[in-house]
Amino acid sequence: MRAAIAAAETSRLATIAVLSKVQVMRSHSVSAEGGTAAVLFREEGDNEESHIYDTVKGSDFLADQDVAERLVKMMPLEIYQLDHWGMPWSRRSDGRIDQRKFGGYSFPRATYAQDKVGFYEMQTLYDTSLKYENIEFYNEWFCTSILHNSNRFAGVTAIEMKSGQFVIFKAPSGIICTGGAGRIYSFSTYAYSSTPDGLDMAYRAGLGIKDMEFVQFHPTGILPSGILITEGARGEGGYLINKSGERFMKKYAPEKLELAPRDVVSRSMIREIQEGRGMKHETGADCLALDLTHLGEEAIKERLAGIREIGIKFSGVDIIRESIQIRPVCHYMMGGIHTNIDGSTEMSGLWAAGEASCNSTHGSNRLGANSTSECLVWGRITGELAARHAANKERPSIIGEQVSQEEKRIYDGIFRGSGEVNPYDIRKTLTDTMDDKAYVFRDEAGLSEGLKRLKNLKGMAWKHVDDQAKEYNTNFCNVMEIDSMLRIAEIVLTGALNRRESRGAHARTDYPGRDDVNFLKHSLAYYSDSEPCMKWHPVTFTRYAPVERKY
Amino acid sequence: MVYESCKGYGSETWIPLNKKTAGNDHQTVHDEGKQNVLLRVLRGDMFKKTKRSFSTFSVPVRRWTTVLDALIYAKEHSDSSIAIRFSCRMASCGSCGMIINGIPRLACYTKISELGYDTVTCEPLPNFPVIRDLVTDFQQFFNHHRHMEPYIENQYPVPREEALSEFKQTPRDIDNYLQFSYCIKCGLCYSACPTVATDTKFPGPQALSQAYRYSADNRDDAEKKRLDIVDNRHGIWRCHFAGSCSAVCPKGVDPALGIQLLRSHLMSISKTPKTLADLRKIDDDKD
Repeated sequence: MRAAIAAAETSRLATIAVLSKVQVMRSHSVSAEGGTAAVLFREEGDNEESHIYDTVKGSDFLADQDVAERLVKMMPLEIYQLDHWGMPWSRRSDGRIDQRKFGGYSFPRATYAQDKVGFYEMQTLYDTSLKYENIEFYNEWFCTSILHNSNRFAGVTAIEMKSGQFVIFKAPSGIICTGGAGRIYSFSTYAYSSTPDGLDMAYRAGLGIKDMEFVQFHPTGILPSGILITEGARGEGGYLINKSGERFMKKYAPEKLELAPRDVVSRSMIREIQEGRGMKHETGADCLALDLTHLGEEAIKERLAGIREIGIKFSGVDIIRESIQIRPVCHYMMGGIHTNIDGSTEMSGLWAAGEASCNSTHGSNRLGANSTSECLVWGRITGELAARHAANKERPSIIGEQVSQEEKRIYDGIFRGSGEVNPYDIRKTLTDTMDDKAYVFRDEAGLSEGLKRLKNLKGMAWKHVDDQAKEYNTNFCNVMEIDSMLRIAEIVLTGALNRRESRGAHARTDYPGRDDVNFLKHSLAYYSDSEPCMKWHPVTFTRYAPVERKY
Repeated sequence: MVYESCKGYGSETWIPLNKKTAGNDHQTVHDEGKQNVLLRVLRGDMFKKTKRSFSTFSVPVRRWTTVLDALIYAKEHSDSSIAIRFSCRMASCGSCGMIINGIPRLACYTKISELGYDTVTCEPLPNFPVIRDLVTDFQQFFNHHRHMEPYIENQYPVPREEALSEFKQTPRDIDNYLQFSYCIKCGLCYSACPTVATDTKFPGPQALSQAYRYSADNRDDAEKKRLDIVDNRHGIWRCHFAGSCSAVCPKGVDPALGIQLLRSHLMSISKTPKTLADLRKIDDDKD
């Protein structure tokens, strides 16, 4: 959405189509809660250097440092741009934009709008985009593949869900902003629609998928649904407690306590549980608790109203009165489509932005409030570049062979497939396997077992669509999603198996230390018929040499 | 698994659950473990002009099971062809609006244990054309919203890197429009509106309250334009203040209030050069 506006502002002549498999204003960015990081209060002691270093340190030194620097430098402008577009940022009493504390930062720099930041950002961008006549929305069009012509982007194929028509879009430039792939886990904060369709499209088109082994587990997902309680709850002063009511983070991060980065907190939580100081949720799951009662009714109602609502509705707990049970939950994919600092992919004319991309801002662990920042900054960058690239260009020619192959893949291979296995059972087994084998702590035996199970699932007879209707066939979409989930989950497991070290969000019990000699590099996965073909890619350093991370 | 077609529309009787489970004593449901409810889904397709009918499924529920969970369960285990629109499952995306036991609600935000009936009936939102089963066409609804010019317009320059500037907005300035900005465009208010039911050119409570949301924002200067847009015979005057929009909103927006406030602006503009908001400010200063 940010990219579409940037493109429309760059060129009034460009025709911009926004294709989404949901209605465009409903993507899961609406559920981002806590904040958007930016350096706004220099006069009060914040500075860009500190934001850059916090990001790089948070990434466990796997971030490309020039990219982190670009993020930090461009962010303040984006905050004010959204302010001009109508974003209801929460304010100080003097009318200036306020900021709150967030994990891993040395200054309170998460700009917020109550606890509905992502929702308001989406709303502001969607409403603003309605101003531009050259932006056209294609609600509920399911993209299936990228078309290309001698490594130049040429367009996409998509299915209009309402009519079931298979359509070709021709365009000289394209941007992939399909978000994360967190539904490959069962216990996940993601929407049901957050499947790796976009990643898989790029993967099948021969593009590299980078750093997929790094999956962020957010410390506070509620049970049983996995819905997120924002880090802002800890930013506002919430405590994490174990079964004896002790604030256990003081053992693991004596300085930052609950506001250590997410990977550190999640690992500490799992240790607490493993050492027998966890609690049991009534579903039988192990968990700990988040206590907010000491903040008082007024503060909670004013700043955390959204999560209070979530607690009451989905957990049956009023956070004003009691602590709420939580456990680490799959929340973000640091990895994605390999891009450079401008968001360009390896295909000319194609960019990627947001969680779907991996321009290596976040390295092996993202700090909270940096993801919406990344979306805004690279939305703008890629939108402008894509519009300029498209200017004065003819419609590209399409290779007919690619289209017929794609039709064959989805219609012969999936829609008219046959088999006895329920594809939804395959999905359940896959996501449970990921929860089990590629969670906060991983080891060789578990990951290999996971990969074995996944290969077994791939071979089963689940590729069939029982609903043979043409119109609004969500069953067909679901089976296509499952197909892409299996491929992307395989990259996560393979990447995790290959990275024999512990760095950021990737913690191997059999290789507990960070290994800068052998693994201070990005992993890349390329498509091949049997299994992903893995390569390595160097990290860009500018100023900061890797040191041990302590909080 | 029960799968049968029942004819008729809205003629069913709902059987209350036993008193213990109907209240908020959630322990009871848990102690009994899983309990089953009957889920009835109105099926039908705009393309095949067949008569619409109900499919019925038996679905296990726990105390936290939502109607959306139940629908997904039915789709995954009994009949994969049920058409539903859903995404975030936490009442922030606005996809899964439908009529549940006679009232427009979000399926993900309606717990079966709260309904207090062991039959749950789901029908597509009225006032929207049905595409298939529970999925309706939102195009006209989105068009109405777009027609209100729901964005900030003013003469201020675009912020640039050399000259970063913010608008000053006190928490009180924000309060003027904040509740209207909670709108997730789920369409429940539109489906409940008796005026929309008789006049599809009427913008509906969602669009009108958004017109008010942007007009009440002190960063915006385009209120006059929006008032011109709503001031016509299919416009704001058609609202007869039934208030059902506000009753069904899952996010606590009061669109009926927004419409009344917008009307008051329209009236005050025609009579005095000052808007009602200005007049009210004078009163406040006196206090």
